Amino acid sequence: MKVSYFPGCTLNTTGKGFDNAVRAATAAVGLELIELAEWNCCGATYPLIVDNMLELAAPAHVLVAARNQGSTVTTACTTCYNVLKRTNKFIREHPDERERLNAFIEAEYQGEVEVKDILHLLRDEVGFAAVQEKVQRPLKDLKVACYYGCMVLRPPAEVAYDDPDHPRSLDDLMTALGAMPVDYPHKNECCGAYLTVSAPEVTREMVYTILKSAQLAGAQAVVTNCPLCQFNLDKRQAEMAQFHAGFQSLPVFYFSQLMGLALGLDASEYGWERHYIDVRPLLNSLGL
Amino acid sequence: MADAENGYSKQVLIVGAGIAGMQAALDIANSGYQVVLVEQWPSIGGHMHQLSETFPTLDCAQCILTPRTVDVGRHERIALYTYSEIEEISGTVGDFRVRIRRKPAYVNWDLCTACGACTEACPQAIPVAFDRELELAKVMASGKVRLVGTGKAIYTLSPQAVPKKPVIDVRYCTYFQKGKCRLCEKVCPVGAIDYEQQPKWIEERVGAIILATGYELYPLEKLGEYGAGQIPDVIDALAMERLLSASGPTAGVMRRPSDGKEPKEVVWIQCAGSRDPEQGMPYCSKICCMYSAKQAMLYKHKVHDGQAYIFYIDIRSAGKRYEEFIQRAMEEDRVLFVRGKVSKVFREGDKVMVWGVDTLTGLPVEVAADLVVISPAMIPSEGTRKLATMLGVEVDEFGWWTERDGNLAPLETKQPGVFLAGAGIGPKDIPEAVSQGSGAAGKVLSLLSRWGGPSDPASE
Amino acid sequence: MRVRLSGQSVHNELVRRVEEYSGQDLMACYQCGKCAAGCPVAFAMDMLPSQVIRFVQLGLVDRLLDSKTIWLCAACQTCYTRCPKGVDLSRIMEALREIVMFEKGSYINYDAISPRDVMEWPQQAFIGGFRKYAV
Repeated sequence: MKVSYFPGCTLNTTGKGFDNAVRAATAAVGLELIELAEWNCCGATYPLIVDNMLELAAPAHVLVAARNQGSTVTTACTTCYNVLKRTNKFIREHPDERERLNAFIEAEYQGEVEVKDILHLLRDEVGFAAVQEKVQRPLKDLKVACYYGCMVLRPPAEVAYDDPDHPRSLDDLMTALGAMPVDYPHKNECCGAYLTVSAPEVTREMVYTILKSAQLAGAQAVVTNCPLCQFNLDKRQAEMAQFHAGFQSLPVFYFSQLMGLALGLDASEYGWERHYIDVRPLLNSLGL
Repeated sequence: MADAENGYSKQVLIVGAGIAGMQAALDIANSGYQVVLVEQWPSIGGHMHQLSETFPTLDCAQCILTPRTVDVGRHERIALYTYSEIEEISGTVGDFRVRIRRKPAYVNWDLCTACGACTEACPQAIPVAFDRELELAKVMASGKVRLVGTGKAIYTLSPQAVPKKPVIDVRYCTYFQKGKCRLCEKVCPVGAIDYEQQPKWIEERVGAIILATGYELYPLEKLGEYGAGQIPDVIDALAMERLLSASGPTAGVMRRPSDGKEPKEVVWIQCAGSRDPEQGMPYCSKICCMYSAKQAMLYKHKVHDGQAYIFYIDIRSAGKRYEEFIQRAMEEDRVLFVRGKVSKVFREGDKVMVWGVDTLTGLPVEVAADLVVISPAMIPSEGTRKLATMLGVEVDEFGWWTERDGNLAPLETKQPGVFLAGAGIGPKDIPEAVSQGSGAAGKVLSLLSRWGGPSDPASE
Repeated sequence: MRVRLSGQSVHNELVRRVEEYSGQDLMACYQCGKCAAGCPVAFAMDMLPSQVIRFVQLGLVDRLLDSKTIWLCAACQTCYTRCPKGVDLSRIMEALREIVMFEKGSYINYDAISPRDVMEWPQQAFIGGFRKYAV
C-alpha cells in the first residue's frame, strides 16, 4: 500500500538514520512511503493555550499538503504525530476556530486527512504477522525494553492507538522480529523531552529511572519509536556513571533500525555513528 | 395463594439475600406473611458473608451473620431459591407474576447431606468468586511454586453456608470440560451428583416486591495505572476481607498471594474509580475509608511489626463512633494516613511500588509494598438493569435504583408495590442496609395490612 | 504574614488570565494530588503540580511566578491522563509561563546556546524548547 509520509525536521537532520531505516523497512514489508511534495516544520509542540491560531498554522499547513496528496498521512516522528493528530482533531471539532484558521492560512481544510503513526500502520495495515514472515535474521536472544514515551499515548482521547498504561504495539513488533521484549513498568514514563535543553540534569534523573527499571527486567537494550526519547535515553547515559555508581550503559535503538536488521536489509545508512552508546558490541554478540 | 376476598396476593418477593434482603424477609415472615427470597449465589448472606469483621465494633461478621442466615434458612414462611435468577416479572401491585430460573447445581440438593466428600475429592483447584478469584502461592510436588485458586470445581461457599449445598462450576469441572473424572460422583455416599441436571423454572404470584440487589466492586482490570488486575499482590478490598477472615482461604493468617510471605509493608489505596468522573464513577463509595481503617487495624493485630499506609483524599467517617474508630486506627494501631491520591502501582522485583504524594508536606513519596489493597468504587450488581427493564423501575445513569423521592420516599419506586433496600440504591454500610431492609419491610407490611391480616400459612 | 483571603483577592486579574489562557476550570480541582503523585519531574520541583493549582485557586498567582515548577513541566500529560476531574494541568503551566514571559521576557537566552549543542539536539527539542521558553 502507498501512504503519504511526513518526515519532519528531526528525521531530516539528526534523525536521518532513523528515517533511512523507516523508509527501507516499511518498503520491505510492502508499505510504500510517498514523501509529501512540500512540507514545513509542524511546530514541535502542540499549543496548550487557548488562543493558539498562530501555533496551529504550521501543522495545519502540513495537513493541507497531506490532503492534497491522499487520504492518510503517516510520520515516524512521535512528536510530529502528536502535533498533527491533535491539530487535526481540533480542526474537526471546532468549526469557528477552523474558519479563522482557514482564513489565516488561506486554505479550505476541514480535517479530511487521517493522521496515523507509522507503528499504528505497521500494526493494523501491514500486520505484525506479515512482518514476521519477512524476517531474515530473527533478533534471537535480544532482550529488549520497548520504550514508548508520551507522544503516541497521551492524551489518550486525542492520540492513543494503544493502552496508555500498558502499551504493547512496540513489544508485539519486537516479538514479530524474533526479539524477547521484557516487561517493565516505565515504558510510558516521560524521559524529559525538551527539558534536555533547559534542565539536562533533570532529564538525566528521569532517564535513570527508566533505564534502571529496564535493566532490572533484564534488558540488554532499549528500543523506541520517538527520536527525542532516543536522544535523551542515549545521550544522558554518557554522564550517568558519575552520578549513579555502577551504572551499566544500554544501547538505545530506533525500532526501524532493528526492523531493518531483522529483515536482512543493508543497514549501513542507519545513523549508527550518531549513537552515544555504541551499539556494535551488542549487535556483534548477537551475530547481527 | 390469591386472597379470597379481593384477589391480592399477600406473598412478597425479595430479590437478593444479602443483609438487607434477609432483614426484610425476616421482618415480613415474622409478621405472618409468606416470602419468596431469590438469590443468585448458591448460599445467602451476600457480601457480608465474605467479610472478616465489621466496623466500628470489630464484630466477627460471620458470627453475627450466621444466626440470621440460619433463621432465614429454616423459616417456615420463607421460600428460599438460591442459585436462582428472576427471568420474568409481569403484573401490578397485588398481582405480580414472577418466573424464577434455578440454575443447575448438578447436585440433587434434596439428597445431599452436605458431608463435603465431593469437594474433598475434587482434584480441580479453581479461583472462586466468593474468594474474589484469589490465587495463592502453593508449593507443588515438583518443588515449584504455583498460584492456585482457593476453591474446588465442586464447592460450597463456606462451612457456615445456608443452604450448605454444593454446586459444580462447569467452566472448571474436568468431567464437563474433558468428559472424564466423575470423582465426586464416586465418593458421594447418597448418589446426589447429577451431571444431567437441568435448570428448573418456578412460577410465583406475589403482591409486593423488594429489590435488595446490592453492589459489586469496580473491576481492577479497568484501573490500568494500578496494574490492571495483573499483579498478584495488588488485590481489592473484598479479597483482603477474605485474607483477613478466620474462615477465609488462609484461615485468617496474613499471607500475600504471590509467595505466601507475611507482608510487612501494606498500602491501602482509596478512591480507585470513585470520585472520578473522568475515568470511573463520580460519586464517593462511602464505606471505603471505614473498612480500610478496619482492615489496616486487623492487619496490625495480626502483624505487629508491620506498617500500614492508607493513601486517601479525604477521610469520610460520618457515622456513629466512626470518627473515633479512625482516630483509634491512627493512635493505637499506628496506621499512617497519607493524604494524596496514588498515581501508579507497579512491580519491582518482589515488591509492589506505590507512587503517591503527601500533599501535606508537598513531597512525592513512594512505598515499596509487599501487598497493596485497592478500594474500588462500588457499582450496582450485574443484572440490576435487566431487572429494572422487566419491572419498569428506573435506575440512574450508573445503574443504581432510583427512589420515588430521595428525601421523602427513599425506599419506594415509581412502581406501586415495588420497594427498595440496601446497596442497590447506592453505596452504604451494614447498619444502613439493615435499616433499609426493615424500612422496606415496614412499607410492605403496611400495604399488606390494607389487604387484611396474614393468612394462616397452613391453609394456603 | 497571614494571607488575607477575600472575594476580591481570590478572583483577581491574574487568576482570570490563567483561566482564560488555559481554558481550564480551576475550581474543578479537588486537590487529590494524583497529578503530583505521578508527575515524573516532581522530584525536581520547588512546589507540587497540585500546589500550583491550589495557589491559583487561592488567588495567589503572583507567588507562582518565581517558581521553578512551571518551567519543569514537560507537558508529558501524565497528570491530565489520570486526573479524575479532567483538569489539563499542562495548560495551566503553559498559561503561567506565558504570563511570566509576557512580563519578564524569555526564560532561556537562546543566543547564549552553544552551536555545538544546537547541532547535537534533535530539532524537535530545540524548537519545542524555544516554543516553551522564549517569546
